[in-house]
Amino acid sequence: MFVFTIRRLLQFIPTIMGITLIIFVLLNMIPGNAALSTAGRLELSPEVVEQLKKDLELDKPAYVRYFNYVSRLAQGDMGTSYLRRYDVKEIVLTRLPATLKLALSAMLIAILLGVPLGFFAALKQGSWLDVFATVIAVGGVSIPQFWLGIILMYIFSYSLQILPTSGYGNGAFINLIMPALTLGIGYAAMLARTTRAAVIEVLSADFVRTAKAKGLSSARINIRHVLRNALVLILTTTGLLFGSLIGQTVIVERLFSWPGIGSLLVESIFQRDIPVAQGCLVVIIVIFLVVNLLVDVLYHFINPQIDYQ
Amino acid sequence: MSKNKPLLSVRQLTTQFNTPAGVVPAVREVSFDLQDGETLGVVGESGSGKSVTALSILRLIHSPPGRIVKGSIEFNGVDLLQRDESYLQKIRGNSISMIFQEPMSSLNPLMKVGEQIAEVIRQHRQVSHAESINQALEMLKKVQIPAPEKRLKDYPYQMSGGMRQRVMIAMALACQPRILIADEPTTALDVTIQCQIMELIQGLKEETGSAVLMITHDLGVIAEMAQKVIVMYAGQVVESGDVYSIFDNPLHPYTQLLLRSIPVLGRRTRNRREKLQEIEGMVPNLLNLPRGCSFFNRCPQAQDQCRRQAVELREISPNRQVRCVIATA
Repeated sequence: MFVFTIRRLLQFIPTIMGITLIIFVLLNMIPGNAALSTAGRLELSPEVVEQLKKDLELDKPAYVRYFNYVSRLAQGDMGTSYLRRYDVKEIVLTRLPATLKLALSAMLIAILLGVPLGFFAALKQGSWLDVFATVIAVGGVSIPQFWLGIILMYIFSYSLQILPTSGYGNGAFINLIMPALTLGIGYAAMLARTTRAAVIEVLSADFVRTAKAKGLSSARINIRHVLRNALVLILTTTGLLFGSLIGQTVIVERLFSWPGIGSLLVESIFQRDIPVAQGCLVVIIVIFLVVNLLVDVLYHFINPQIDYQ
Repeated sequence: MSKNKPLLSVRQLTTQFNTPAGVVPAVREVSFDLQDGETLGVVGESGSGKSVTALSILRLIHSPPGRIVKGSIEFNGVDLLQRDESYLQKIRGNSISMIFQEPMSSLNPLMKVGEQIAEVIRQHRQVSHAESINQALEMLKKVQIPAPEKRLKDYPYQMSGGMRQRVMIAMALACQPRILIADEPTTALDVTIQCQIMELIQGLKEETGSAVLMITHDLGVIAEMAQKVIVMYAGQVVESGDVYSIFDNPLHPYTQLLLRSIPVLGRRTRNRREKLQEIEGMVPNLLNLPRGCSFFNRCPQAQDQCRRQAVELREISPNRQVRCVIATA
């Protein structure tokens, strides 16, 4: 297990290299550059602009810049913002906790809501509960987050006036509720559907019949035999969903003015502040990779058949 | 054999499945008795309703779509069809237990086999966890699994099909059931293992005195193990009797053909090119059963009257029944 984890961590390196290359190429292809456009607006003299280009290494060919970028990244240096001259690593790391808090709360909502809903829907296939769960699930998957967020704002902030419309509120729980719900409900719906399908599959397995033939009660069968086997399938989906959820924070953070990496990413792209955008994306990707690794490690504990040695 | 009240008495058992294409009558008015300590063989080809009969006894039919629509299943004088689920939970795995056809998929892949055996012991006996594991170990020894202490902690995927079936047997016999239902226990196994498993079941049966309901399509197994036989075709009992009379003097044309379709080693070399006898045609579609005898379309001795009206099971001599109009003792 330990060897496996180390090996997987080492595999991160080429993965991150590849992804940074793609990000670098894409971001440098976008027309516009924060530093130069500001310089243009300020009507600085050509000498100053030249000096600026030199400072930012913009006079060098792209492959040299990429090489320099990656070698600095390997040393933990994410570069400096084009716009405000602050350290990218610092700004990204100060924004990270807010994003993680939002993402983890949303995932918690998704698991606590989605798994039981899907589980009971599968056990009571065809009942009103199943129909209700299916409606919720289809609705939850189909509703766009920006719309759901606005509706929630209208209900809880404007009409009922019990929750703040937006902002971080210095980390107050009350500010977390709406963004987490907006992000979490769609994922709860997806998880409910996956759980339902997984449980239905396991219910028809031969070993469930064996468990019944042993004289176990339905509750015991459902927990010890059905749920545990379904979890193997559910876990995979949960891991993948969490990865995409980190990406989705961009929309929700923007909507609720949540000071996380997502909103920072959007700002930096609009402003063509390429080093900051790169920094945000690298952090998001590392989170994605770590979550996937965690899923694989958890897998080993749930399913003894998966032996990584 | 004593003529006591039977341990298990199945009467007019009728099980149907509601499918989109219509109602499938998988088991039609099946009746039989099982005496204490006796082995009853149930033979028939695939789709004849053997397994559904077995599953119906413990009410393990998936419902929906399955439904027991008629009949009674008396165990120790209590009709299991009239009792609630909690009563059946006390019977299952305790007084009546079952082993299945598919050892590869019948064990929970995520649970250690020792725990799977211990679970049934804890369910029916007031014992501690440690004691139940201890008894599970004893059961593994009984079913002759080598290195049982180590195997106790194995997961099913670490075992072969034969091993897993031994575990299933250990699980089924852990609470010393009065009846063991074995639903084609060797079908999915290698021929060499089949024999070992059958000997194991036979040995343990003699040791514990359980009655066995042996469901199989292997007539060799029946000949060796069973005292009584029922032959099933298209969901019905077509012939029943003790094992000797069935094998020596089969009365129903289907039983006769079934016995003739057993390959005999060396027969071909003796009589040059004698083809193995097969039963022509197909089992009738249960959705669209013929009005008369179900075996009519395949029967070499069929007569006009067989097509016109349903054939009743009749007692042709003591303890000998046949569902055929032309059969005579």
